[in-house]
Amino acid sequence: MAEVRLDAVSKHFGTGEAAVTAIAEMSLTIGDGELVILLGPTGAGKTTTLRLIAGLEKPDAGRVSIGGRDVTGVNPAERDVAFVFQQYSLYPHLSVYDNLAFPLRSPARRVPEAEIRRKVGEVARLLRIEDKLNNRATHLSGGQMQRVAIGRALVRRPAIYLMDEPLSSLDAKLRSDLRLELKRIQQELGATILYVTHDQIEAMTMGSRIGVIDRGRLVQVGTPREIYENPVDLHVAQRLGQPGINLVPRALLPEVPAPPGAHTIGARTEHVRIARAGHADGVGLVRWIERLGDQNHLHVTLRGQDLVTLGEPDSDLSVGDRVGVEFLRPLYFDAAGRRIAAGA
Amino acid sequence: MPGLSTAHSVVEPSALSKRIAQGIVILYALLTMIPLAWILLTGFKTPPDSISYPPKLVFQPSLEGYCNLFTTRSRQTPEYIAGLPPAEGMCDEIARSRNMVVAGPSKFVPRFVNSLVIAFTSTLLAVGLGTLAAYGFSRFRVPLADDLLFFILSTRMMPPIAVAIPIYLMYRELGLSDTKLGMILLYTAVNVSLAVWLLKGFIDEIPREYEEAAMIDGYTRLQAFRKVVLPQAATGIAATAIFCLIFAWNEYAFAVLLTSGEAQTTPPFIPFIIGEGGQDWPAVAAATTLFVIPIFVFTILLRKHLLRGITFGAVRK
Repeated sequence: MAEVRLDAVSKHFGTGEAAVTAIAEMSLTIGDGELVILLGPTGAGKTTTLRLIAGLEKPDAGRVSIGGRDVTGVNPAERDVAFVFQQYSLYPHLSVYDNLAFPLRSPARRVPEAEIRRKVGEVARLLRIEDKLNNRATHLSGGQMQRVAIGRALVRRPAIYLMDEPLSSLDAKLRSDLRLELKRIQQELGATILYVTHDQIEAMTMGSRIGVIDRGRLVQVGTPREIYENPVDLHVAQRLGQPGINLVPRALLPEVPAPPGAHTIGARTEHVRIARAGHADGVGLVRWIERLGDQNHLHVTLRGQDLVTLGEPDSDLSVGDRVGVEFLRPLYFDAAGRRIAAGA
Repeated sequence: MPGLSTAHSVVEPSALSKRIAQGIVILYALLTMIPLAWILLTGFKTPPDSISYPPKLVFQPSLEGYCNLFTTRSRQTPEYIAGLPPAEGMCDEIARSRNMVVAGPSKFVPRFVNSLVIAFTSTLLAVGLGTLAAYGFSRFRVPLADDLLFFILSTRMMPPIAVAIPIYLMYRELGLSDTKLGMILLYTAVNVSLAVWLLKGFIDEIPREYEEAAMIDGYTRLQAFRKVVLPQAATGIAATAIFCLIFAWNEYAFAVLLTSGEAQTTPPFIPFIIGEGGQDWPAVAAATTLFVIPIFVFTILLRKHLLRGITFGAVRK
């Protein structure tokens, strides 16, 4: 395991007029033993970042280094990375065992067969696919294929594991199981992982740090908590939180003591409080109540603006009630979407 | 639920339509096999039986056709034959019954060997070169790739025989006339365009992720090509090889024009049999029967690779 650094890496696709910037001057350090999440929408450049580190793409500018060694011009085979692709990409002509053994059998590595058998067995146990080792790779369920794909990375101890939405094609139950499993394996092995996802739950629960990426730029890097509580801009604020953060035009809430220049006021669902009494930032109308069992989502309309807030499951509010709405710890954003500190 | 099952499913054809389809396929197969069966039968007829009218379906089988195919014979007077020591072997016996003696082996075996060498070598070359070229076109940014591919295809846009005269002159200059090397090069050149196009389609369908995964796992591109791409392209390679082999094996026009002795293949040799001592249809049929066998065996051997679908589908699209 080793530290991996990107220094001002840029990558464009296409030429001339049609050129598209996939990655713009990205700098990021993934510490030894750290699990860093890249979070962003489709087409933001997450996968390209992984491919640049793996050596499947060459950067147009900047440097990639692994364990202190500049690998910018080095072939993928010599970079000592493991990659879990978004698609399973198991070799259909090989058995599960041979798929798992494939990286160890590479001419560059030449691991003895006995050692291969031991390692494959170990990984198969870890991922609970021991009984599938003799199956053809194509005769597995989606979840099993995905576990084999992850296993093919885990049989090695590379400098870094690069994982490209490895759980995205799985059903919810399996996804949450494997999420925990991966995190456990990572801590057990002390593995360095760069993990790409657009699933905020994976990002929040697994990452030591999260890098939020948008249109090829790294917008913010920080611990899940920092990213959640202190987003640098509207984009980051909207990436996290389920249901999403409530955004209200400043003009609708003249009562809130916002700093000058504030254009939008953001409040997470848990920071919008329902107050029956007179002390409130505004009065809204309960439109809809989603009862989830452990909590309720209240949909409230405040001066024509829809808000979502959390309510107690035993609340006696009903649709049509008028309620006072209070904003706790609101976040302020300027016209360009940048965050403005509350005290400024 | 019997009340609901009358609806036609788009997924599973009904038993009746399946049976009709089977019937049509079997009927078609039988129809196409009639000429083959006729040739097979004719090979075992005597020359008078082979031209009798109405044609004989039931006849006394004879190996005269095969004997005549493999031997050359000379006509002798009955007195001369009567004075010979007893016949050696069946062919000699048959020949003597027709007032002839076996003079020696015919050229069929060397011609057949020529066909084998030329057809299989050119197929191997065409498929080998085609696979590499197709991989290159499929995976790398080749300058003017579309134009090059069109150029490669354009060599098939006219019948090859249209360039027979230039090739004949060129081969005479180069000393390639009537050589196996010349025929191998010619058939390879004709087949390689087909091979590139067919195989490019197959290789395009193999996701790049496989090679990328292999390259990250410590394999060079060439090793990844061998370990990952080739096994998955096996279906396409097998199909292409069969097409190439059939062309090279059956090719007649160039073989007539460019070969006469040393390098002559079987197709121009077969009509040559007819000229020898009357129209020896059983010998022609025997040659044709033997000529079909290699392609038949080759196709059967590659059949399991032709079953598409077993190797595809492990990448979720």
